[in-house]
Amino acid sequence: MAIDYIYPDYEIVRNYDRCINCRVCERQCANEAHEYIESSNKMVSDDSKCVNCHRCVSLCPTRALKIVKSDHTFKTNANWEGKSIKEIYKQAESGGVLLSSMGNPENYPVYFDKILINASQVTNPSIDPLREPMETRVYLGAKPSKIERDENSRIKRNLPPHVMLSMPVMFSAMSYGSLSYNAHESLARASAELGILYNTGEGGLHENLYKYGKNTIVQVASGRFGVHKKYLSSAAAIEIKMGQGAKPGIGGHLPGKKIVGDISRTRMIPEGTDAISPAPHHDIYSIEDLRQLVYSLKEATRYTKPVIVKIAAVHNVSAIASGIARSGADIIAIDGFRGGTGAAPTRIRDHVGIPIELALASVDKRLRDEGIRDNVSIVVGGSIRSSADIVKAIALGADCVYIGTAALIALGCHLCRSCHSGKCNWGIATQREDLVKRLNPNIGYKRLVNLMTAWQHEIMEMMGGMGINSIESLKGNRLMLRGVGLNEKELEILGIKHAGE
Amino acid sequence: MKRVYVNENWCLGCHLCEYYCAFASTNEKDMARALKGIKISPRIRVEEMDGISFAVSCRHCNEPLCVKGCITGALTRVDGIIMIDKDKCISCYTCVLCCPYGAVSPSEDGAVLKCELCIKTYSRTPMCVKGCPNEAIVFEERGE
Repeated sequence: MAIDYIYPDYEIVRNYDRCINCRVCERQCANEAHEYIESSNKMVSDDSKCVNCHRCVSLCPTRALKIVKSDHTFKTNANWEGKSIKEIYKQAESGGVLLSSMGNPENYPVYFDKILINASQVTNPSIDPLREPMETRVYLGAKPSKIERDENSRIKRNLPPHVMLSMPVMFSAMSYGSLSYNAHESLARASAELGILYNTGEGGLHENLYKYGKNTIVQVASGRFGVHKKYLSSAAAIEIKMGQGAKPGIGGHLPGKKIVGDISRTRMIPEGTDAISPAPHHDIYSIEDLRQLVYSLKEATRYTKPVIVKIAAVHNVSAIASGIARSGADIIAIDGFRGGTGAAPTRIRDHVGIPIELALASVDKRLRDEGIRDNVSIVVGGSIRSSADIVKAIALGADCVYIGTAALIALGCHLCRSCHSGKCNWGIATQREDLVKRLNPNIGYKRLVNLMTAWQHEIMEMMGGMGINSIESLKGNRLMLRGVGLNEKELEILGIKHAGE
Repeated sequence: MKRVYVNENWCLGCHLCEYYCAFASTNEKDMARALKGIKISPRIRVEEMDGISFAVSCRHCNEPLCVKGCITGALTRVDGIIMIDKDKCISCYTCVLCCPYGAVSPSEDGAVLKCELCIKTYSRTPMCVKGCPNEAIVFEERGE
């Protein structure tokens, strides 16, 4: 047998005083980390199989389990850390590209954590959202730049198509295939109840979910999977996916073994074939080409729906956004480098792209400088972790945010980052029937509704504190923000002052 | 009347209902102390085969065959709930044979075991329902 160079990262600790051998850990672990030994009437665990997803920990009725980080260590080396060494062992063994899931976990600056929000004191009154009206509703889409009147001096109704959201949040694109059916149903039902939108991702729309069309963004990505007329016309908005924050410049690949049954039907590809989304759209090599697709989709839906163009936050993002704002798109979605994924090459996820805070600030400024900010709404995603992040994003110039990871966490995800294994113990990122049923959408959608309701309350509290009673007055209001521990250049790009200024 | 119903779509076969049931009947506050080192005799059992699983417990039938068959009057129907009087039961197991759902089981403590909807326990509400992680077991009114 070949030498196993890698010691497990995490260890399962079982308190035998509390373990009653109910075997729920064994039954619930898809990685088969736990086993009941009949002869000794004892549960045992294999740390090497554990992905630290906490399914067993959460379901253990006597709280007999916990997972700890292994203190097994390599010789201390400030340059060659254990992680780098282990990755080399893995690649020397496999010869393959390292794969990872969920967002970039590396230690890059999180600008949201270096920005603070203002509040009113003495000279301007704060507002109590429990007593006074507070508006969190937003409309996304192009805004007319001037008022036009007809021959009778009546205002011409030339408003391009919009979508209305009860709060400035949408669930970001996560495909049926990468997510389970039950996860998709939870997102769809929660969106309908909340009056917001969710996004199909590039997996098509399951026939059972057409009834939530008013709350659905349908995505058209480079593989064009599941796209047909009914799909486009059922939705509230259409998104063209040019890029994804977790893997800018990279396409997607759903392995053939996941293309079964309803997924194959929904994606409109034969069972067992790999679903490969090319890195580029093969018909888009310029803004002019993009414009053609934008208008093809508008034409196909009789100009009734806004078209979103989603890009990853990369170095020239503001110039790209400027082009998109002139392409006829109604909404630009920008995905930061912390954005999640079901699977991406580790090196791409961890080293490509830029932080969403900087991308957002520079795009908003560029579009305002060029006088085309009203051509488009801006939606940002890529690790919005709380209502405070939303308030900061809006004050930096966003109209709305996309949340993906936070929504999955509400559904039970523990960020074990093993989506690519297809064995999600929480029934979220898997197609294995016995695992999918672990996510009961009746429970899941309520948890999503709870999270969003809680965030909406918090957003209103923060706005009230600033003396602002509508999201519109917060949008782009960078005076409400101050930086801490940021250098001149960072403050300049973010367009905010330093705390104390 | 509120009864315990099971939805096999959401049953994970985790068997936690069995452990919560056994825990409820001990009237202990800590499950580890209650069930450590013992072999449980739950009043609800998970049936499973070929990937399908569901929990079975007393249906509290309107015309209960177990009560009809009971030769000592140990089983009675009180406010719709089939109750067992342990002092009267002589373990003849007629009810075990009669029950079409297999929801009555023999036990070693001198009386048969069956679900009484936890009304005699500390929790007062069915613990299998409380303990189910996926709402596969519910306690609700569905009409007669």
